[in-house]
Amino acid sequence: MQHLWLIPVFPLAGFLVNGIAGRRLPKAAIHLIAVATVALSFAWAVKSIAALMPLEAAHVERYFDWIRVGDMRIGCDFAVDRLSAVMLMVVTGVGLLIHIYSIGYMAHDHGYARFFAYLNLFMFFMLTLVMGANYLIMFVGWEGVGLCSYLLIGFWFLKKSATNAGNKAFIVNRIGDFGFSLAVFLIMLNFHTLDFGGVFAQVANWPVEASVGTLTIVGLLLMLGATGKSAQIPLYVWLPDAMEGPTPVSALIHAATMVTAGVYMVARSSAIYLKAPMALEMVAVIGLATAFFSATIGLVQNDIKKVFAYSTVSQLGYMFLGLGTGAFAAGIFHLVTHAFFKALLFLGAGSVIHALSGEQDLRKMGGLMKKTPVTFVVLLCASVSIAGVPFTAGFFSKDEILVSAYHHAPWMFWLGAVTAGMTAFYVFRALFLAFFGKYRGDAHPHESPAVMTAPLAVLALLSLAGGFIPVPKFLEPMFPVAEAPENFSLVAISVAMGLGGIFLAWFFYVAKPELPGKLAESFGALYRLMYDKYRIDELYNAVVVKPLVEGSRAVLWKGVDAGLIDGTVNGVGAQVRGIGGVLRLLQSGNIRSYATWVLLGSVGVLIALGLAGGVK
Amino acid sequence: MPNAVPLSWYLILSAVLFALGVAGFLFRRNIITVFMSIELMLNAVNLTFIAFSNFLKQVDGQIFTFFVMVVAAAEAAVGLAIILTVFKNRATLQIDEVASMKN
Repeated sequence: MQHLWLIPVFPLAGFLVNGIAGRRLPKAAIHLIAVATVALSFAWAVKSIAALMPLEAAHVERYFDWIRVGDMRIGCDFAVDRLSAVMLMVVTGVGLLIHIYSIGYMAHDHGYARFFAYLNLFMFFMLTLVMGANYLIMFVGWEGVGLCSYLLIGFWFLKKSATNAGNKAFIVNRIGDFGFSLAVFLIMLNFHTLDFGGVFAQVANWPVEASVGTLTIVGLLLMLGATGKSAQIPLYVWLPDAMEGPTPVSALIHAATMVTAGVYMVARSSAIYLKAPMALEMVAVIGLATAFFSATIGLVQNDIKKVFAYSTVSQLGYMFLGLGTGAFAAGIFHLVTHAFFKALLFLGAGSVIHALSGEQDLRKMGGLMKKTPVTFVVLLCASVSIAGVPFTAGFFSKDEILVSAYHHAPWMFWLGAVTAGMTAFYVFRALFLAFFGKYRGDAHPHESPAVMTAPLAVLALLSLAGGFIPVPKFLEPMFPVAEAPENFSLVAISVAMGLGGIFLAWFFYVAKPELPGKLAESFGALYRLMYDKYRIDELYNAVVVKPLVEGSRAVLWKGVDAGLIDGTVNGVGAQVRGIGGVLRLLQSGNIRSYATWVLLGSVGVLIALGLAGGVK
Repeated sequence: MPNAVPLSWYLILSAVLFALGVAGFLFRRNIITVFMSIELMLNAVNLTFIAFSNFLKQVDGQIFTFFVMVVAAAEAAVGLAIILTVFKNRATLQIDEVASMKN
């Protein structure tokens, strides 16, 4: 026993203390509790994993039977294997850094205790998700992080747009969760267990499905769940809106950890996907389509957080491309490096926003290099990493995915490489717009306090050097090694794409700043379309939301509720009133009419008795 | 007891008295008459009790009769007091004219 349960329970304790007593605690106590509990769970995770090394097989701990139905037992089990060990390190490590950063970022907020309570609750559910040893525990965590995401997106609930964004995230995720729960039902039906070990051991004996079979359906349904949580086509629409939440939340939940839950889940279910090539192909196609599609949107956004949000969607697409082409380890590797550089991008953006007292529009930034030098340097680190400049973290992971894509289907590689170029372009566009040229806003920029810049520095280091962490090697026992040989020309192409993107961004936004406007004019229609995010939100509104709302209004409200239910209730009332109106006539107040009724009644009783043959 | 009056005669007499009481209660307007009709009904019932008591050779019926007579006496006292008060206030004993609680 390693007492793995302690890892999620520490943040839960922090949540309970801050959630219940936070209003009466001083700020120092609040963030001390919040950070300390996460630090403890990080430490405990490190200790447990160190004790369990080399961790060849999963270490499962059963605490109690949760559900016992017939011969099926679903336990409250936690497990650690190499995959969840990687996730644990990312979640607790990056989580800890972001908690520390939040001390500075949220310092002036009234909901200080509430914020840290939610953040701790999120850590609890995320760790439950990662360590759950069966699909049901995973589902509990899965739903829990969704709840926390909702709570934190709508953290500033007085802002209408924030509550709307929270609702949108929650509802869109429900669609994905519907797929996930159907998949869980199917697994239960076919394997009579939900334990990962048990399911995968049985799957190993199933044949590879050439056409659509049970495993393919399970895989597709799990993928539907993943598209919800990990913001892939067609359910990605909630993530850009989720930027309404505080920036540390965007970094922790909507970049580094929660949105990667779908990637983790697909990787965890790799045994199922390997037997269902069609589902796996679907994962790759959706991932690639999302990566490309959202990168094009990211090219033209003006809100710095929106740029990074579409970038997150795009990078998640990359991860799915990796998984879908069979390079599970590469997908997880990219998850890890992405957690570093994307958390850093968001936290850096947060630092910029903090410096400008809430300004998020890139058009009102500029020239911040001198004012916020530390933020600039760390953002530069993150940008070169995501752009795939050689020997940074993003270079290694992205490269493995692209090589794997090439060996799967060359066209996937080319599309992925173009996407890599666009990624480099939009990230450096944001960087150049914010830090180069002349300042275009009217706030008084100032560098952020050390409590914010210190976590940034750590993440910057990880963004640069994180690629040397041998994640794929570590995961080798879990996933079959991708047989893709190193191919120098492929690497060169993707690096060239990245550098080309950086150069283009420099050319457009530093060398010739008047050019983008002209270009946008000459490609007006295309530019507007991309700027409006292909009007997908409007399409969903017209196709899904409108009919639902109108249908609810016309049928469910006017018809069922007002017509049927209210009609029944009111009808009963009206009937009672009518009968009462007749009966009221009996109660005349005339004593002799009452006496007459008594007489008639007793005569009636006597007659009845006579007919019945008298009293026996 | 030779030539004893049969039970049925008592019962018939009792029924007739009761019916008269009911009729008087229902159809007479004068409060005093109504009141007397009630007494008549009570005593019709008493007669039944006594008759059965004699017929069954059991004392229960007679005990009940005493109860009824006690209640009837109390009722007569209260009832007559009410009637007196009504007459003092309204100067009438017509039952339809004292329906002041109606409407």
